[in-house]
Amino acid sequence: MSLLTVRNLSVSLGGRPVLRDLSFRVEAGELVGLIGPNGAGKTTLLRAVLGLIPDGGASSLAALPRNARARHAAWMPQSREIAWPVPVEDLVTLGRMPHGQRGTVADRAAVEAAIAHMALGPLRNRIATQLSGGEQARALIARALAQETPLLMADEPTAGLDPEHQIATLETFDALARDGRGVVLSLHDLGLAARHCTRLILLAGGDILADGAPSDVLTPELLAQAFHIRAFQADTPEGPVFQPTGVTR
Amino acid sequence: MRRLYIILTLLVAALCLGSLLIGPADTGPGESLIALLTGGDGPLPMVMREIRLPRMILALAIGASLGLAGAAMQGYLRNPLAEPGLIGVSASAALGAVLAIQTGLSAAFALGLPLAALAGASVAVMLLLALAGPRGGSLTLILAGIAISAMAAALTSLVLNLSPNPFAANEIVFWMMGSLADRSMVHVWLALPLMAVGWGLLLPLARPLEALTLGEDAASSMGVHLGRVRWQVVLGTAFVVGAGTAVAGAIGFVGLVVPHLLRPLVGSRPGPLLLASALGGAAMLLAADIAVRVVLPGRDLKLGVLTALIGAPFFLHLVWRTGRRGT
Repeated sequence: MSLLTVRNLSVSLGGRPVLRDLSFRVEAGELVGLIGPNGAGKTTLLRAVLGLIPDGGASSLAALPRNARARHAAWMPQSREIAWPVPVEDLVTLGRMPHGQRGTVADRAAVEAAIAHMALGPLRNRIATQLSGGEQARALIARALAQETPLLMADEPTAGLDPEHQIATLETFDALARDGRGVVLSLHDLGLAARHCTRLILLAGGDILADGAPSDVLTPELLAQAFHIRAFQADTPEGPVFQPTGVTR
Repeated sequence: MRRLYIILTLLVAALCLGSLLIGPADTGPGESLIALLTGGDGPLPMVMREIRLPRMILALAIGASLGLAGAAMQGYLRNPLAEPGLIGVSASAALGAVLAIQTGLSAAFALGLPLAALAGASVAVMLLLALAGPRGGSLTLILAGIAISAMAAALTSLVLNLSPNPFAANEIVFWMMGSLADRSMVHVWLALPLMAVGWGLLLPLARPLEALTLGEDAASSMGVHLGRVRWQVVLGTAFVVGAGTAVAGAIGFVGLVVPHLLRPLVGSRPGPLLLASALGGAAMLLAADIAVRVVLPGRDLKLGVLTALIGAPFFLHLVWRTGRRGT
């Protein structure tokens, strides 16, 4: 059974159509990268799929009742908001909210696992608002991991992270997908997308321009059409390498 | 956390006792409590039951309400500067009361003033519901609240400005300073049920407010119904603040200072802060109401004046400390 089914999704913001008639599915075990130029509607698509903004069409997730949805999908928005100076551990524990009562054995285990995944052990008692931007991002990813949902969606989770933590974060998502969960990320770094995602959805001008394996999506024609760039690509023993090299217009 | 609740509860209990036992009628504490519990004839049971008991209950309930509403408002808006007066209900309730004094309604029958104040508060809530709409965000709510506050304050000034009767103007000015002196059990029965409704709306907000630490989008994806939370905050605050203002006038600073003071003691978590601030607000208002009786016993020092006098420098101190910590 699919973790997410989106059928004929259309979204208008302020009377302007942003997304037109999109359909796709996400299966267990997939790490889907949502790529596209600025303003392509990546964030809007993710929010509409989650039911956070009204849309036409059907998302299997938005159709779920509120609490069931919170147990099915975790969401990490791009704006990394931490309103109060709470310790990192408390922040991560917030992810357990959809599971009801706080402080059960399962809750503790999920929080510990999330802290370990994001290498937050040394930071667990620090005040979250006093951490650097990248550290805050890791704490917020850990919060989403602690929610322990079959589906995880994140908007630009790697923005502002150093190379070590960019790779480590995507490897964490990799591992989740291999565990049989589904992950959907919007990404600007096409190099990371090419290396780590099992599948890419290329969004441009409100449409899905391409949907498939990274090598089928990151073609010179599609790159020129969607991003107006050309890129160097190679298959190396270290995995695929992708480096944009120039602008085509 | 539990230790904080216990300490605050004990503090509130001690202050309740103090509020019952301290006053101009100089009697022994044992004697006073026996008179309160067993009744009987003579002046002492009457003083205890008709004067001090309602005063104590009102200080307790209004203080708890202000602390709770302040914590809920700050948690919902994720802003430590938010306070219960922000949504314009207290200013509108004051306008209703001022109109009652000006028109003589308050002199015509005992509940004229509080009922007029409640009417003012209801008008404000309806305006707020119309202005901030079902899908409006928290910014719309703040702006609508500021507009309603400004309008109510302007109309209150207009009433004072045009008042042909200097005695009424005088009464209005003193009423607006806020006080719990000479309130009866009738006031208690009027305000308490409304406040209880407000508490019922505000106390269950602990979990949604915790989730809102991560912002509206993340909270919503964790199962929080943002629209419902907003109306719970607005209506809950309106019930407790409207009822409080109706019987006691405007009492400032409790709703702002108390959550601020207690936040570090609950690890900055907005959920536990609700109950802690309710207890803290009750303690602060009970203490202030005892202080007005002790500091200047003959001069009828107004409660609202004292809370602002203590609250403002205290707040400055907090701001100064926060500035030095550099956060």
